[in-house]
Amino acid sequence: MSAAASITREQVLAWLEDVKDPEVPVLSVVELGVVRDVLLDEDRVTVEITPTYSGCPALQVMEEDIIAALATHGVHDVKVRIVFREAWTTAWMSDEAREKLRAYGIAPPLVSVNDDTTLVPLRRARIIACPRCGSHRTVLKSEFGSTACKSIHACLECREPFDHFKDL
Amino acid sequence: MDDEEVSAESSPPAAAIAGSAAQGPTSGVSDNPLFEYLCRLGDDRLVLGHRLSQWCGHAPILEEDIALANFALDFVGQASAFLALAGEVEGKGRDEDALAFLRDEFQFRNVQLVELPAGDFAFTMVRQYLFDAFDVLLLARLAQGSHPAIAGMAAKALKEATYHARHSSMWVERLGDGTEESHQRSQDALDHVWAFAGELFATDAVDSAMAEQGIGPDVASLRTPWEVTVRETLARATLVVPDEKRVVTGGRRGRHSEYLGHMLAEMQILPRSHPGATW
Repeated sequence: MSAAASITREQVLAWLEDVKDPEVPVLSVVELGVVRDVLLDEDRVTVEITPTYSGCPALQVMEEDIIAALATHGVHDVKVRIVFREAWTTAWMSDEAREKLRAYGIAPPLVSVNDDTTLVPLRRARIIACPRCGSHRTVLKSEFGSTACKSIHACLECREPFDHFKDL
Repeated sequence: MDDEEVSAESSPPAAAIAGSAAQGPTSGVSDNPLFEYLCRLGDDRLVLGHRLSQWCGHAPILEEDIALANFALDFVGQASAFLALAGEVEGKGRDEDALAFLRDEFQFRNVQLVELPAGDFAFTMVRQYLFDAFDVLLLARLAQGSHPAIAGMAAKALKEATYHARHSSMWVERLGDGTEESHQRSQDALDHVWAFAGELFATDAVDSAMAEQGIGPDVASLRTPWEVTVRETLARATLVVPDEKRVVTGGRRGRHSEYLGHMLAEMQILPRSHPGATW
């Protein structure tokens, strides 16, 4: 039986909610905005994804996880296509997704995307609230963190170090 | 390879300049300018990304180790996208891995600037800044170009390049306007790489074809805005722009310094020794 004949785009998107970002396991690939579209034709499901960062090593894992997740729902002819139509931005992240990040201990990206190219060092430009105590008395420790999408900060109030999901 | 190790002792010897005069085979530049252009875009990033990756575990402080590894990841990721497209455009069944790992030195199209050994931290940051300042200008123009896939990749890479330029300019300023030692090392690095930076703005028939089709900018026109930005940063860093009129070219046609072959030997050995290996 052709898989795509009996399923809908919405159904596939709902299934993909179970595929988490391996590096930020509280967010699904849909919430993160990595999944850009799902295309159905007679015998194939094509999932279009876009990388968060060009070199994101999680992309390949996400691709494999998407194929595995759809297989559990009986969809076996799946193609994952990497697209660059629009550059991924943290502006696509919903308030709900931001709150999940904060609860997980990662300061979410700010709502306004930092897209100025004036090259002002970040330490002079952004105030990031501590995800644990909410204090704004925080300092940037490193613009680059454990993954491409995070920077490292410390809270002067509760003394905890924390990650921030960078605005991009 | 000993001579490829990141060294805290010295910048690459000035002999690197001699490499520019080396006459070697060129790959018979392809008659497909779009393929050539995509290889240039990809190879600059691949080679610079590999040089940056050599700092992993060697950087002076942990945060910089992480930062340089992040830079490397961005560049290799960008290279992968551009080279994948190059392979499609060429239409001979080569994918990004085949282009990265199975071409020889004279088939690489990167500028010589990016293949120079990583040197000391000052050399790495000065070279990086000169490239990043160019990259921001180039990508902004490519992102508005007429080729949708290239424009999309460039828009993505531009966001990363902005982070890179911000970080490398901060270090150039800090090291240049730092201690006597850090100032001297930065000045030496600048004196050494200035002639190489000129190749970024050298144009030929491939660039003209891309400019005519509205895909990419006339890179020569980026020189002035680049110099304005770079000179401002260097002035803040108390570094003196060398009075250097020479421009070292050749990389775009496959003529490289003595360093690229050694780097590729290290970078390519696994897929060449074990073709098709997976893990």
